[in-house]
Amino acid sequence: MGDPMTSLDTHAGEGRRKAAALAGGLTGPVLVRAARDAFVKLDPRRLTGNPVIFATWIVALLSTVSAVAAVVAHQSAGFAIQISLWLWATVLFANLAESVAEGRGKAAADSLRATRVTTQAKLIINPENDAWIPTPAHKLAVGEVILVEAGDVVPTDGEIVEGMASVNEAAITGESAPVIRESGGDRSAVTGGTTVVSDWIKVRVTAEAGSTFLDRMIAMVEGADRRKTPNEIALAVLLAGLTLIFLIAVVTLLGLGKFSGVALDPLVLGALFITLIPTTIGGLLSAVGIAGMDRLLKVNVLATSGRAVEAAGDVDTLLLDKTGTITFGNRMAVEVIPAPGVRADQALRAALMASLADETPEGRSIIELARGQGLAVEPPVGALSIPFTAQTRQSGLDAGGRSWRKGAVDAVYRSLAIDPKRVPAEVAAAVDRIARSGGTPLAVSEDGVLVGVIHLKDVVKPGVKERFADLRRMGLRTVMITGDNPVTAAAIASEAGVDDFLAEATPEDKLRLIREEQGKGRLVAMCGDGANDAPALAQADVGVAMQTGAQAAREAGNMVDLDSDPTKVIEIVEVGKQMLITRGALTTFSIANDVAKYFAIIPAMFVVALPALGAMNVMKLHSPQSAILSAVIFNALVIVALIPLALKGVKYRAVGAGKLLSRNLALYGLGGLVAPFVGIKLIDLVVSALGLA
Amino acid sequence: MTWQGWAEIALTLGLAVGVGWPLGVYMSRVWNGERTWLDPVLRPVEKAFHRACGVDPNKSQTWFGYAGALLAFNAVGFLFVYAVLRLQGVLPLNPQGFAGVSPHLAFNTAASFVTNTNWQSYGGETTMSTLSQMLALTVQNFVSAATGATIAAALARAFVANRGEGVGNFWSDLVRTTLYVLLPLCLVMAIVLVALGVPQTLAAGVTAHTLEGGEQKISLFATASQLAIKQLGINGGGIFNVNSAHPFENPSPLTNLITAVSINVLGWAAFFAFGRTAKARKDIRALVAAGVLLLAAGAAGVYAAETRPAPAQVAAHVDTSVNMEGKEVRFGAPSTAAWAAMTTGASNGSVNGMHSSLMPLGGAVAMFLMQLGEILPGGIGSGIAIMVVMALLAVFVAGLMVGRTPEYLGKKVEAREIQLSMLAVLIVPLSMLGFSGVAAVLPEALKGLMHSGPHGLSEILYAYVSGTANNGSAFGGLSANAPWWNTTLGVAMMLGRFVPMIAVLAIAGALAAKPKLAPTAGTLPTDGGLFIGLLIGVILILGGLQFFPAMALGPIVEHFQALAAVAALH
Repeated sequence: MGDPMTSLDTHAGEGRRKAAALAGGLTGPVLVRAARDAFVKLDPRRLTGNPVIFATWIVALLSTVSAVAAVVAHQSAGFAIQISLWLWATVLFANLAESVAEGRGKAAADSLRATRVTTQAKLIINPENDAWIPTPAHKLAVGEVILVEAGDVVPTDGEIVEGMASVNEAAITGESAPVIRESGGDRSAVTGGTTVVSDWIKVRVTAEAGSTFLDRMIAMVEGADRRKTPNEIALAVLLAGLTLIFLIAVVTLLGLGKFSGVALDPLVLGALFITLIPTTIGGLLSAVGIAGMDRLLKVNVLATSGRAVEAAGDVDTLLLDKTGTITFGNRMAVEVIPAPGVRADQALRAALMASLADETPEGRSIIELARGQGLAVEPPVGALSIPFTAQTRQSGLDAGGRSWRKGAVDAVYRSLAIDPKRVPAEVAAAVDRIARSGGTPLAVSEDGVLVGVIHLKDVVKPGVKERFADLRRMGLRTVMITGDNPVTAAAIASEAGVDDFLAEATPEDKLRLIREEQGKGRLVAMCGDGANDAPALAQADVGVAMQTGAQAAREAGNMVDLDSDPTKVIEIVEVGKQMLITRGALTTFSIANDVAKYFAIIPAMFVVALPALGAMNVMKLHSPQSAILSAVIFNALVIVALIPLALKGVKYRAVGAGKLLSRNLALYGLGGLVAPFVGIKLIDLVVSALGLA
Repeated sequence: MTWQGWAEIALTLGLAVGVGWPLGVYMSRVWNGERTWLDPVLRPVEKAFHRACGVDPNKSQTWFGYAGALLAFNAVGFLFVYAVLRLQGVLPLNPQGFAGVSPHLAFNTAASFVTNTNWQSYGGETTMSTLSQMLALTVQNFVSAATGATIAAALARAFVANRGEGVGNFWSDLVRTTLYVLLPLCLVMAIVLVALGVPQTLAAGVTAHTLEGGEQKISLFATASQLAIKQLGINGGGIFNVNSAHPFENPSPLTNLITAVSINVLGWAAFFAFGRTAKARKDIRALVAAGVLLLAAGAAGVYAAETRPAPAQVAAHVDTSVNMEGKEVRFGAPSTAAWAAMTTGASNGSVNGMHSSLMPLGGAVAMFLMQLGEILPGGIGSGIAIMVVMALLAVFVAGLMVGRTPEYLGKKVEAREIQLSMLAVLIVPLSMLGFSGVAAVLPEALKGLMHSGPHGLSEILYAYVSGTANNGSAFGGLSANAPWWNTTLGVAMMLGRFVPMIAVLAIAGALAAKPKLAPTAGTLPTDGGLFIGLLIGVILILGGLQFFPAMALGPIVEHFQALAAVAALH
């Protein structure tokens, strides 16, 4: 493993590389397909879900009709034709945004589909003698048992009922190193499309044809059953409402204008309407949502729905497993405290000798500690290693008539016949201090004499504390889940800087904690891999299952982490937030744009009949026609200009809500006010220079 | 512009907020059913009332039940007023012997008083009998104001509920607001006004003999008591045709200050009451701040417009720096500016100067404040309710930018709330612009106009803006007592009143049912300067921008035309 900092801080380079296999970049073919799709989506039936773009479609059609009518009547139609073209361009650009976003998923889906071969399964028809017949994978029924041997592709999802095998899951995870799968326990699930590399397994089929993990994954990345998320629906309602409001404002101008003696061209009214309605966010809304799923895919996380991604941004409480997420998996030696009258280096050397034959991570960490202090010893020739047993609860080494032992403090005391009440005060104090700090004390003896105490400690990963401080600023509460006793748990919790902990946690405790938090109105995210995590994963608002985990866990969660990295949940929250921020930023920008558009179009509409309104032409646009055309062109081009932002997402910083808001409000609110003044003016200069209007 | 003028405007606006604050605390206690110092006197009355009506005041209603009760009460009120006006010729207490009111005027007036608009297509002293004034109109002055307050109480409760159902009891809210808030305050204010020289009598008037030997009939009425509820209830309907410019309604600078302050005092009080009942004082103070800033800007706008040499005066070489047309000479520009902003920012509609005579931009400000939906501070309760709708929209639009789905005061803002908020917001331009757009081309409607051109358009626009916003102030120049105007304005008033009210109550129902969320460091702060700025932006862009094209054809072009005309002279 690389630097623990990087693997926690951002997704590791490894994760990125794997992601590249799944989420294709914006390559040429993707863009070509997207451009083609943009035209296919001009079918109005496909636009009814998007009221803003649908309205644009209707106005584009009406203006085209009026342009054609003008041509037929041999009137000057240049202006009408240009307006019509730009209105169609507005619709196309909105479609393009969506199909580019979808295109990346489709490319990923294609590469997944290629791995889904029509396999012949070995269906066991007689459990007595394991006789099997070849059966096409799609004819397998749930509950049937199949045999998969080395070199076979696993035909469908299932649970191993017998055997053990190493499986290459690269097709799903992109990780080529094989993993061990065996019957019983949390490693018994196999996924269709993966390959058994060695040995054999018997697998009970758990998924119907067409609903395997691979099938669902393809559907997900393709966005086939993409439904609008609750917030998207609410936003669509707001946008539809705004569209109606501006429709009222524009239609009533017919009467008000007539009273004022202004002859209003319906084409110009249509142009005013389209520039006022929020076409920018209307055109980019679904792209933002798809891109959010896509960004998750890039960090190798599959979300079952956009709803889950949205919920991720809202998470208030993060349940994190201690082991692997907060601490390294194993306890490590951090110091050796000598007994009274023993030199420090002698105690350290004794600890080292006692560990020379110890292959456990704890034993190796003692050797590491000694080496770090400049002490390295080869095992003496003819040394006899004394292994750990449940009876002695200590291990060590005998060599050259000398002996070294280390083990649980009370076990060592007993074997040395030391009365625990008469232990030297220094030793007793050290043992006590280690235990209270959440560590594990090991006593060390040399030739039957107690020489010191080893301090084994759960080591908190570097950078974790800072990360949790970030999370706190973001408003997230972290709760550490551990099987440790409360004393140990408290010590590690305070060292890691989590807000709370759940000690001696059982799966039921986890579930109860989630319900409690939700009862207080908080959204909870957690990750898990065991079958017994399934209820908690299902209850959590964001449940991230590990790809290597049990089938039940993968079914229960609403996201699957293909890297099986429990720290990923933090990134998932950030992706969720980023998606929401992007949506809000584009909405704000879109609405703020309206001010400038009024100043472009209103004077242009009325200035012929009411010359005094020329005073409102603050941008000093060339002519009424160029002003209107420029506003329409700006309105169309701004969608294209913002596609990259919609796909990439607004940069998210782990700062408090107030700071985020003031920054984004300045950027997208004030920016949205100012940008169109500049943009429309520049376009007007081009339009008038080219003599287009 | 003088510093005294600015000081007067600041004092008037500031006093309204300053007095509104403690009154809001009291109003909240009344809504919450807490003990008040008037309990010993009023509790028995309240209990007797509920017993007589067979209402259990402690039984909380769902939003639907609450809205049903509200609509039923108002429907009965409407029919009663309509009947009294139509029949006033045969009813007692008609010393002047007025005939029954025409059907369209009765419809308009009933709609007007039930909706707390107090648009008057008639001159009070020449149309309404004493019985009609007292039994029909004055009663509605009280209960329509209290009706507005009830929706704020219901909405405030929804924010504290945690997966709740009820939003309170309409009958209890109505009775308590009338009994504990409006009646005692009006009693005190009427006595003060009498002491300051406002007439209070049941006599129809006195006959004066002028120096020339002529005879003049001077109307008197029970002016002080009517005036108190007209201002405090944010009604605005004058006893006299010229409203608060009349010396009997507004005899002195002191009464001018008191009556101006009383236009806004209970509107702001309802803001503070909402904050206390919803347990969100800091957040609601931010709404007050946004409202005060906008209102102060409006008053400053009118004052600036009125104290600039008017182009026509410049052209005529008249040396004056203040436009005094349509202003009461006793009050001058600053008083008129403060009053114009406060009466249009609230849904009051009383005037101490004629808005039609304001400079184009002054008139534009008055119209714009109403177009914002009457939230500065609007009517009692109805103002804060719509302001909260604006806050919901602000939170929804910009709240995503902190990386969470939007929430306000611990409640998630989702599709249903947005749907209903948009309904409440949408009806305003639909009615204001829709009716104006039709009236602008309808010969039947155009007969009532005094002017053509932009000022004529302003007359049309102002009428529907004032009616829909339930303001009731008149621009002047429009003869509205005609079937078209009376009918459409009546419909506009009802749309502008009841559609947002139902939407607000439905929002209350939806919010009450949601879990109350605890704020975290990631929650959008809704109590600081940043949110105030955001809210102001949303109010101006979502609430005001759609009127820009129409306004461009009315007051804005009139303004530029006046400037251009002067420039052409030089």
